[in-house]
Amino acid sequence: MHNIQGRPTSPSETMVDAALPTFTGNRALQQEEALIFEIGRTDTTGVDLDEPDTFTPRLGGLERKGGTGLPGLSEPETMRHYVRLSQKNYGIDTGVFPLGSCTMKHNPRLNERMARLPGFGDIHPLQPLSTVPGALKLMAQLSRWLMELTGMQAVALSPKAGAHGELCGMMAIKSALAARGEARKIVLVPESAHGTNPATAALIGFAVKAVPARGDGTVDPQTVRSLLSSDVAAIMLTNPNTCGLFERDVVAIADAVHAAGAFFYADGANFNAIAGKTRPGDLGVDAMHINLHKTFSTPHGGGGPGAGPVVLSHRLAPFAPVPYLRGEGEHLRLVEHEAEAAEGEHPFGRLCAFQGQMGMYVRALAYMLSHGIDGLRRASEDAVLNANYVRVSLADLMSLPFGNRPCMHEALFDDAWLKDTGVTTLDFAKAMIDEGYHPMTMYFPLVVHGAMLIEPTESESKASLDLFIASMRDLAMAVRRGETLRFTEAPRYAPRRRLDETRAARQPVLRWTKPAPVAEAAE
Amino acid sequence: MRYLPLTEADRADMLARIGVASIDDLFADIPVDKRLTALPDLPLRKSEMEVERLLARLATENIAAANVPFFIGAGAYKHHVPATVDHLIQRSEFLTSYTPYQPEIAQGTLQYLFEFQTQVAQLTEMEVANASMYDGSTATGEAVLMAHRITRRRKAVLSGGLHPHYAQVVKTLSHMSGNTVLSLSPDVTAREDIIALIDKETSCVVVQTPDVFGNLRDLRAIGEACRAKGALLVAVFTEAVSLGLVAPPGAMDADIAVGEGQSIGNGLIYGGPYVGLFAAKAKYVRQMPGRLCGETVDAEGKRGYVLTLSTREQHIRRDKATSNICTNSGLCVLAFTIHMTLLGEAGLTRLARINHANAVKLADMLSGRRGVEVVNGTFFNEFTLRLSRPAAEVVERLAKKGVLGGVPVSRLLPEAGLDDLLITASTEVNTEADRLAFAKALGEVL
Repeated sequence: MHNIQGRPTSPSETMVDAALPTFTGNRALQQEEALIFEIGRTDTTGVDLDEPDTFTPRLGGLERKGGTGLPGLSEPETMRHYVRLSQKNYGIDTGVFPLGSCTMKHNPRLNERMARLPGFGDIHPLQPLSTVPGALKLMAQLSRWLMELTGMQAVALSPKAGAHGELCGMMAIKSALAARGEARKIVLVPESAHGTNPATAALIGFAVKAVPARGDGTVDPQTVRSLLSSDVAAIMLTNPNTCGLFERDVVAIADAVHAAGAFFYADGANFNAIAGKTRPGDLGVDAMHINLHKTFSTPHGGGGPGAGPVVLSHRLAPFAPVPYLRGEGEHLRLVEHEAEAAEGEHPFGRLCAFQGQMGMYVRALAYMLSHGIDGLRRASEDAVLNANYVRVSLADLMSLPFGNRPCMHEALFDDAWLKDTGVTTLDFAKAMIDEGYHPMTMYFPLVVHGAMLIEPTESESKASLDLFIASMRDLAMAVRRGETLRFTEAPRYAPRRRLDETRAARQPVLRWTKPAPVAEAAE
Repeated sequence: MRYLPLTEADRADMLARIGVASIDDLFADIPVDKRLTALPDLPLRKSEMEVERLLARLATENIAAANVPFFIGAGAYKHHVPATVDHLIQRSEFLTSYTPYQPEIAQGTLQYLFEFQTQVAQLTEMEVANASMYDGSTATGEAVLMAHRITRRRKAVLSGGLHPHYAQVVKTLSHMSGNTVLSLSPDVTAREDIIALIDKETSCVVVQTPDVFGNLRDLRAIGEACRAKGALLVAVFTEAVSLGLVAPPGAMDADIAVGEGQSIGNGLIYGGPYVGLFAAKAKYVRQMPGRLCGETVDAEGKRGYVLTLSTREQHIRRDKATSNICTNSGLCVLAFTIHMTLLGEAGLTRLARINHANAVKLADMLSGRRGVEVVNGTFFNEFTLRLSRPAAEVVERLAKKGVLGGVPVSRLLPEAGLDDLLITASTEVNTEADRLAFAKALGEVL
């Protein structure tokens, strides 16, 4: 077909292979992009700054000798460079991102706008407190939400991410033990736990003892009792656990732990399943971090920043680190030094400079206010509903390690169904990329072979889940039909094919370096 | 609720498909007596407009830096961030992506991490840098732990010029890990003799330059003394812009360089999120904490990037990992690297010169005024004033006159007996009118 100018308006019938090479290496909207070091120049700048009118240095002879070598780009070049890079990334806004245990939910842009209000985004952490009453009130409001939602007595806001929150909670536990003259050495950690749990415990000198799971993927209180002793400081338990199951004996576990004089640390990474449905404080938890970047939707940003406030029981509250809030309303103040602690307060120290992740507090509070407690509860229910919908819709084709029983907010499959097919969990994940999906979490938790952990979150519509499920079923059928290359060669359509991780580790290239000058031709 | 796409009809269909009668059947594993029957005592949902109104009201109770003559620093700095930076970091594909565990669809994140690592290495003149820590203070804590691993010693010596919050972070971590910290008393005039404290037990010496009082420190002699005793030199900075003008850690032979990257690309945000910079000599790379991005090729031989050397990390090594860090500061890294790309060497050098020149102008304007003495012999964009009245009181009175004049040392060190000291910073945002307003207000309150 041609239009009146004679321009063809429909594809040629002879159009063939779309994968022919191009001169540039680009594929239409997918642009190859060099490093800034290859396209920038040290004398180019995209910021207009005038040389100071006078310059009489007071540097005491400590001037930098030689340039930084940092390349600069003009503003339009900078814009294009980073926009092109962004187009090589998959985000929640791109499509289904069912990364188990990471809670990739919708990030409302209202929260971005609120965090950028000058009264929040442009205030200094050491301004006189009299000039930031609104900031303290915001922190107090967030604290109240976190305490009410968890049924806990106190909150330490300052930890900067989940693992930092773990550190905070475990330091509070260590301090509480020290206060009663004990130096217990062992921390119990289930085998299904996130790697950060044992790493945190080890960082502050605890020995980690693994707690094996029973056949149904949960922790048996009997096993915990057998491991408890007067040398056990705490258990670090994720609930719901990383198999997507609620630890149904959590109260018995908490009782046993407390009876042995130990503390119950909960990893709150999966709080999104139960917010508004049950309260960790009622389950016997002594400390729990809350990943604001998971449950409360502050953006993951390609790996941070996060925020990991820790709620504390009355037994641990006195040991919360500085800074913390005291008082309320117009009388709120910030306790910044251990010396300012009141009677009965024994702050264990300081975890970071200043007050923590204010930008994330604003976003999280905006999210909480938007949802309201009714909406948060509904969000948990929808997250669990969506995960179970995926589970039942795939259960006949893929294998469930702990049987076809209800899960919480994530559905865990193993690779038993892939046995002898020539397709691995990794291959399957990469084929999902070609179908336009971000893969689920793979090979975690470690207790399940070839794990595939799918967390759709409450942000997915039924139509979106139906298409996702149909795609997964199509892939699963392709495995059964022996279409192995569809998997082992995947991804074919991503900005890059599979990358050589072994080479990256064996011959590490961790920065750009100027290429050696090409030797003069010897003619 | 606007964030929840499922309709009541969807929910009913899905429950039927799952084969349960009600949503609560899916929560059956929660002990019956622990289920919330009533909603906790918290507000119900609100429209976008209502939320905006509530939060805007709180925000207006605070005095924003841009609205007043502003001279506060001491670890966080008010710089101009180009509009391009904030636009780009809000691109969906950056903002809503995750740690790049699937590198084929995360080359955008991975390439900017690789560019960031190179920029930080160049800026600090170190051989290798990681993909970020939470902030400068936690990076300092991790640097001390790394030095302990390398030297197999457990004592850190901290300069009295180290930011007091940083020192407290190191002390908290060390106390909890059973390590030793020797911390020198606050050193306002940079005259401490830290070399005398280095012994065969010392794992590292931690020195900040410019120090918290603004003094520039020559670290070379300290580095030599460290090497003679088998200890490492950890160089700390809180103002990354300074590296455009002053000798970087690498030029003074630091073994590990850590610092706060906030002042490039990132706002003040009442203390966070910020971005910790972490660089070291290449021979120590396997002892580094945090994520590292490395270059490699894909199955077609095309250049690409992946997270690498992850056998150091918690998700692989668990209790044997070099650190427990997982989420770091991805988007703040992006802001840093975009701003740094806009600046380039020429822009950064000029920015640093403007910062220094503005501080010199302020020092010259205030020096010799009644009740005011500039303590520093050297400085970059920040120096300390000795006042005739307690600085905390002066700062409050200045605030009432609409000037945010700096940080009283007593805010950081309440028991050091340094109540008359005020740390004051100048950057490119300060105008001559700001300085005159500051000088005038100071004259009125002293």
